[in-house]
Amino acid sequence: MEAALSLLVGLFVASAIYLILSRALVRVLLGIVLLGNGVNLLIFVAGRLTRGAPPIVPKGANVPAGAFANPLPQALILTAIVIGFALFAFLAVLAFRAYQAMDADDTDHMRLAEPEAQPQPPLEY
Amino acid sequence: MNTLIFRTTAPIIAVVTCTFSLILLLRGHNDPGGGFIAGLLAASAAIVLGMALGVGTVRRLLRVNPIAIAGAGVLLAAASGAVSAFAGAPYLTGLWLPLHVFGTPGLFDIGVYLTVFGTVTAIALALEDGGEGA
Amino acid sequence: MATHATPLADWLVILPVLLCLGGGALLLVLRRAPAWQPWLCLAILFGVLAVDGLLLARILASGPVSMTMGRWLPPFGISFTADAMGVLFATMSALVAVAVVLSLLGEAPESAVRDGVYPLLLLLMAGVGGAFLTGDLFNLYVWFEVMLIASFGLVVLAGNPLQLDAAVKYGIVNLVATTLFLMALGLLYGALGTLNMADIIGAAGKADRLVLTVIAGLFALAFAIKAAVFPVNAWLPASYHTPPAPISALLGGVLTKVGVYALLRVLALLPTERAMLSPAITAVAIATMLLGPLSAIAETNLRRAVGFLLIGGIGIAITGAATAGAVPGAIVYVGQSILVMAALYLVAGLIERATGTTDTREMGGLYAASSRLSIMFFALVLAIAGVPPFLGFWPKLLLLQGLIGAGDWLLALSLLLSSLLTLIAGARLWSFVFWHPRHAPLLRPPSYAPAILLVGTVLLLGVAPNLLIGIGMVAAHDLADPARYVVAVGLAP
Repeated sequence: MEAALSLLVGLFVASAIYLILSRALVRVLLGIVLLGNGVNLLIFVAGRLTRGAPPIVPKGANVPAGAFANPLPQALILTAIVIGFALFAFLAVLAFRAYQAMDADDTDHMRLAEPEAQPQPPLEY
Repeated sequence: MNTLIFRTTAPIIAVVTCTFSLILLLRGHNDPGGGFIAGLLAASAAIVLGMALGVGTVRRLLRVNPIAIAGAGVLLAAASGAVSAFAGAPYLTGLWLPLHVFGTPGLFDIGVYLTVFGTVTAIALALEDGGEGA
Repeated sequence: MATHATPLADWLVILPVLLCLGGGALLLVLRRAPAWQPWLCLAILFGVLAVDGLLLARILASGPVSMTMGRWLPPFGISFTADAMGVLFATMSALVAVAVVLSLLGEAPESAVRDGVYPLLLLLMAGVGGAFLTGDLFNLYVWFEVMLIASFGLVVLAGNPLQLDAAVKYGIVNLVATTLFLMALGLLYGALGTLNMADIIGAAGKADRLVLTVIAGLFALAFAIKAAVFPVNAWLPASYHTPPAPISALLGGVLTKVGVYALLRVLALLPTERAMLSPAITAVAIATMLLGPLSAIAETNLRRAVGFLLIGGIGIAITGAATAGAVPGAIVYVGQSILVMAALYLVAGLIERATGTTDTREMGGLYAASSRLSIMFFALVLAIAGVPPFLGFWPKLLLLQGLIGAGDWLLALSLLLSSLLTLIAGARLWSFVFWHPRHAPLLRPPSYAPAILLVGTVLLLGVAPNLLIGIGMVAAHDLADPARYVVAVGLAP
């Protein structure tokens, strides 16, 4: 099962990189979402896959009964999802504003901060 | 989005969603549930209202700017962890009232609820608004 | 569960983060009272500076300080662990933040205050403080993201199209970097089963070396993007010159250094893997330290040129990750570079305000109008290049001693060449800005006080570097021999 999921992680990351290398900003954003999901899956697989009950301590006990799933990777993934969600929301607003301001979603046309025809500096002191 | 059916049912949906979010928040005290998903649910109520009645109406209904709500949430969550300084315990140690009726983890959860609700609502309203005031 | 009582003094470890986070949240609540915001922000930052100072004194006296959250036992709970390196950088960053708020006081546009420049600044400082003080790698990732969100907000502040363009590039590249960081974290957890820094030191010996080397390489790539190391540095000159100058100073002075800090810290946890990666890091360090100042020579936008000088400095700083002998010099270098680069951005901002342009070819003649600006700029150029009585000289001396002691002549010669190129680039900028004939009238210059505060500190530390060097030595010792660090966290060495 780990091998299959690892291949899936590779597929996620490969597609994400393909999308991020695109010039269209929307595709780049989708690529980032995909990359985040691939990495979350990677953490999940890295934490080992165990068949077991949810790690919830029953009433009156100190430890969960029987075999239980490793809760730490899930906590890490949950944190990463929350953070990734916040950042993606911000980037989505940003891309929308940039589209409004520059009328471009093609990164080749976003050259305000780095003008294309950079002048040469003077050669003398 | 501007049909009569949607405009009529949206407030009802919002009320039900808000109530359910409060239940989830309180249930998170000892069972699955908690501040984060409850906050998301409450924010979705605001989003539905924003789609049906307009962003201005939602902002008026909220009275307080959602960003300020998020700030209050962070403040509450950070402060709930600092209570343990008086008990000689490290930051974020859970402290409970007698009989475990309520404790600092509950305060922390309410802080998370407010933070998530405020942030998500602010971003969603800004997007519904057409990107103004984000 | 830990049962012993936690002394209140241990709270010093968490207080810098707590003050910034709580303060930032308070300012969000008080967004209707913009007149109060700068003063409250300033008071909080002075508090953070005081706490950092106390923490530094305590660490120098009795070694690293640690606190594990929520009474959990160390490798399971999230530890905050402060050692000399982290606290030195945190102190310098807090000092820079104070100067930045002082310079925002006079010139922050009303729209920037309404968009929340002060809460964002405090949120950024919470992230920076957390990154420097945490003892847990996943927690480090969380603080990286906090910094990222706050810095996005600061870059787009006031929101002209130039800044939006910059923020898109800054945001996407940095988000990819933190995602790579997260990927490395997941793999490291899979290999070691722990993410507590002190625990990693012990666990790393038992794992597969090849796997750990790949993971260390992934960490190095992620932090190299954050630090703007050569092949992955293009986002920095594309973005750092667009926000208001004080914000540039904060980002340029502090944020890239967090990347360098993380690189030094994580590779110090995996010393065998660092040795394996050393040739690659040496190559990119040399490329970065030479190409930075060379690009600055070819640049006509003042703050972009400063950005390239900053990149050159990053190349020098990461030699500490290439060779163990260079660690003391690298730590002192990063510590002073936080101050010097922030000061240079502030002074560059003042120059742009006084001349009304960002193009160095259209500046000129400022010498006659403002000798104070020219002296400050010149002193900072000398400090970056490392001319003797100035601050940059001391870490470069330590670096040279370490590199030559380790027989690493290639790095040592590149360091010297990089210093020469930096001096040439800085001197050219100075002569364009201050000496060339003036064609347009000068504008009213804003307040010099914050820049003078930073430049004064730089000059003072330059003539009295013993304290800084002493802290750097302690920090390097703790990094090379982590026994004290591990014991402070509460694990068996």
